[in-house]
Amino acid sequence: MESSKLKREKDSQISDELNELRMESSELKKARDSPISDESYRRSSFPDEVLERVISLLNSHRDRSSVSLVCKDWYNMERWSRTHVFIGNCYSVSPEIVAQRFPKIRSVTLKGKPRFSDFNLVPQNWGADVHAWLVVFAAKYPFLEELRLKRMTISDASLEFLASSFPNFKALSLLSCDGFSTNGLAAIATHCKNLTELDIHENDIDDKGGGWLSCFPESFTSLEVLNFANVTSDINFDALERLTGRCKSMRVLKVNRSISLEQLQRLLANAPHLTELGTGSFSQELTPHQYEDLESVFNNCKNIHTLSGLWEVKGLYLPALYPVSTHLTFLNLSYAVLQSDELAKLLVHCPQLRRLWVLDTVDDKGLEAVGSNCPLLEELRVFPADPFDEEIVHGVTEAGFVAVSYGCPRLHYVLYFCRQMTNAAVTTVVQNCPNFTHFRLCIMTPGQPDYLTNEPMDEAFGAVVKTCRKLRRLSVSGYLTDLTFEHIGRYAKNLETLSVAFAGSSDWGMQCVLAGCPKLRKLEIRDCPFGNAALLSGLEKYESMRSLWMSACNVTMNGCRLLAREMPRLNVEVMKEEGSDDDGRADKVYVYRSIAGRRRDAPSSVLTL
Amino acid sequence: MSSESGKQLPENDSAGLNFDTELTLGLPGKSRSTTSDGGAKLGTKRGFLETVDLKLGDKDCVKSDDDVQEAAKSPVSKAQVVGWPPVRAYRKNAMKSCKYVKVAVDGAPYLRKVDLEMYNSYQQLLSSLEDMFSCFTIRNYLNEKKIVDQVNGIEYVPTYEDKDGDWMLVGDVPWQMFVESCKRLRLMKSTEAIGLGEDLNL
Repeated sequence: MESSKLKREKDSQISDELNELRMESSELKKARDSPISDESYRRSSFPDEVLERVISLLNSHRDRSSVSLVCKDWYNMERWSRTHVFIGNCYSVSPEIVAQRFPKIRSVTLKGKPRFSDFNLVPQNWGADVHAWLVVFAAKYPFLEELRLKRMTISDASLEFLASSFPNFKALSLLSCDGFSTNGLAAIATHCKNLTELDIHENDIDDKGGGWLSCFPESFTSLEVLNFANVTSDINFDALERLTGRCKSMRVLKVNRSISLEQLQRLLANAPHLTELGTGSFSQELTPHQYEDLESVFNNCKNIHTLSGLWEVKGLYLPALYPVSTHLTFLNLSYAVLQSDELAKLLVHCPQLRRLWVLDTVDDKGLEAVGSNCPLLEELRVFPADPFDEEIVHGVTEAGFVAVSYGCPRLHYVLYFCRQMTNAAVTTVVQNCPNFTHFRLCIMTPGQPDYLTNEPMDEAFGAVVKTCRKLRRLSVSGYLTDLTFEHIGRYAKNLETLSVAFAGSSDWGMQCVLAGCPKLRKLEIRDCPFGNAALLSGLEKYESMRSLWMSACNVTMNGCRLLAREMPRLNVEVMKEEGSDDDGRADKVYVYRSIAGRRRDAPSSVLTL
Repeated sequence: MSSESGKQLPENDSAGLNFDTELTLGLPGKSRSTTSDGGAKLGTKRGFLETVDLKLGDKDCVKSDDDVQEAAKSPVSKAQVVGWPPVRAYRKNAMKSCKYVKVAVDGAPYLRKVDLEMYNSYQQLLSSLEDMFSCFTIRNYLNEKKIVDQVNGIEYVPTYEDKDGDWMLVGDVPWQMFVESCKRLRLMKSTEAIGLGEDLNL
């Protein structure tokens, strides 16, 4: 995250320079038009090369989009200098169009399915298969180096194709993807001679065994980032040890839970320059001597700033981490079942923490410890250990949330799963932390009111949007009336992403949001009483948004058809439930802007209107 | 999933409920609330068919709640709702305590591994072992847990090593307790299993 912050600063610096350039450029035009001698013209001329150079330093795709809109010259200079393309919805554009506009791409980020596919709301064969993209890339971008996919489907055949089509290929990142097995990973390991990054993160993999890791040839030494935390079966440890030993530039290593503490110690002994570490299982029975070895190897790893893994963690062994914890900025304990006192003891040693992910097993007491020990905290995510068990009593409450807010005024990102919340608590939290950019609160029982007053949680989210002017992402929950959405529409002027579930009283709520949030890009709604009137009130809005998702609402097929007819540049997709009739409710609707027209790979359960 | 601790154990075994925890099926990997000691110390063996009174119903029971869309105050039961709370499927699966144990068979040159979390009963486990070591069939008599090698007629008894390092007969304790304490499995030749359990009908 540090590097992206630096990037942003750099970008804004460049943006400023660009603004100056713009002004100079227009002055130049004036100068050109006025009678000035040739010499002075040449002295004040602004060569295209300089402009190109400046534009080429731009990294942010939004800045680049802005640049490309200035004039035709700038559009062309931008498109020729762009090396990385970000496509937030793979169906908004076709690979051919991308290739035609940007001839020099070396890095691609592609996102596919709607986010609710993470929660099984999207049918299995929905689409977002990357293969068609790879085929075009192989032809147009033979020097492609990086591919980052999120919620896409990629088959083993596609991975093999990827591995053999791009001789310069360096970085593969798969997040929340599916469709492939460890055989595909084997193909990457075998054929990508210049690979620097293999990041396999939270995917639905068909795990056929750990042999893929042994496919990296003995001559292969370029790996810098290896994350296979999510590929669970046993790998050959000797192969891994040799791999990390010969990849001298390795800085990120995240192993899976089959790796024991003793094995971890051996890996770290060979890789003291790591900056990010994901441990394996943290629970082996260690002799005192082994424990000492572990401690001393952590002592040697002076550069680790990000730590994750810690499966089956034994609180007893956490002190081995103390040498590392003093300079940790990101600690991901979301797979570590820790109690409050264990967390508290560890956090005393983590004063530099900026980002913390925990399970709710740490309870409010654990969160109090967060507030007491981590004054620099910017991001907190609290995940539920047992989200589906209604009889679980533990977890975090409003008390923990408030405690963190008192101790961590810099908090700007929160994801908080809890079983109870109050309006007063949320109000206090945002008063203490007015800089929220991402506020995702999930009260786990749908439609649950303020448990003390029994009132709707309208006041809470009202406070959030009124106080947090920089808010970009909001997820609401609990019992909410249209008032919440009135507040959002009135105050959330920077809101880009909104997630709503089991909330609202009528169409009016959704209408307020569509009318009031000028920067809205993604709206995802489930199980709300919003119908056609609400859907259609956003007619002009949807073209300025990436997408709209509505499921289990009151929208009908006719409403969707009307939308599709009025807005030909939108794709209106309806996912049919089995056995549903055509004129009835449209159970799942996905609307997105596209310059590629309707997609041709939709399965039979998806109807494009 | 709650254990009704403190309940007295009924003496008779007719319903097969020899333990004071009402065992229900939840998602794998759930941390059980502490079961009382009664189960482990009972020592009475149960045949497979009697082991656990599986209560599959609870989780899937549709509770009668008001429809949220009618602006009712009572919240919808979580059990009914797909994809809620919004926890990624990946995270759900990763939180399962991966309960892989090695399975050794006396006389066989290879080991297999099974994930105990994949099964809900001894019956299922042994069927799966039968598939794996396909030359055996499981003799499925009440109170007899023997596996017979069809080819050479040698009888095997499924045993396991528990957390304390003791070798026990498979089937003695309630299923979930077995899952939590089993470190590895061994199909032992009957002839060697003498002394593991007095009731074993060899």
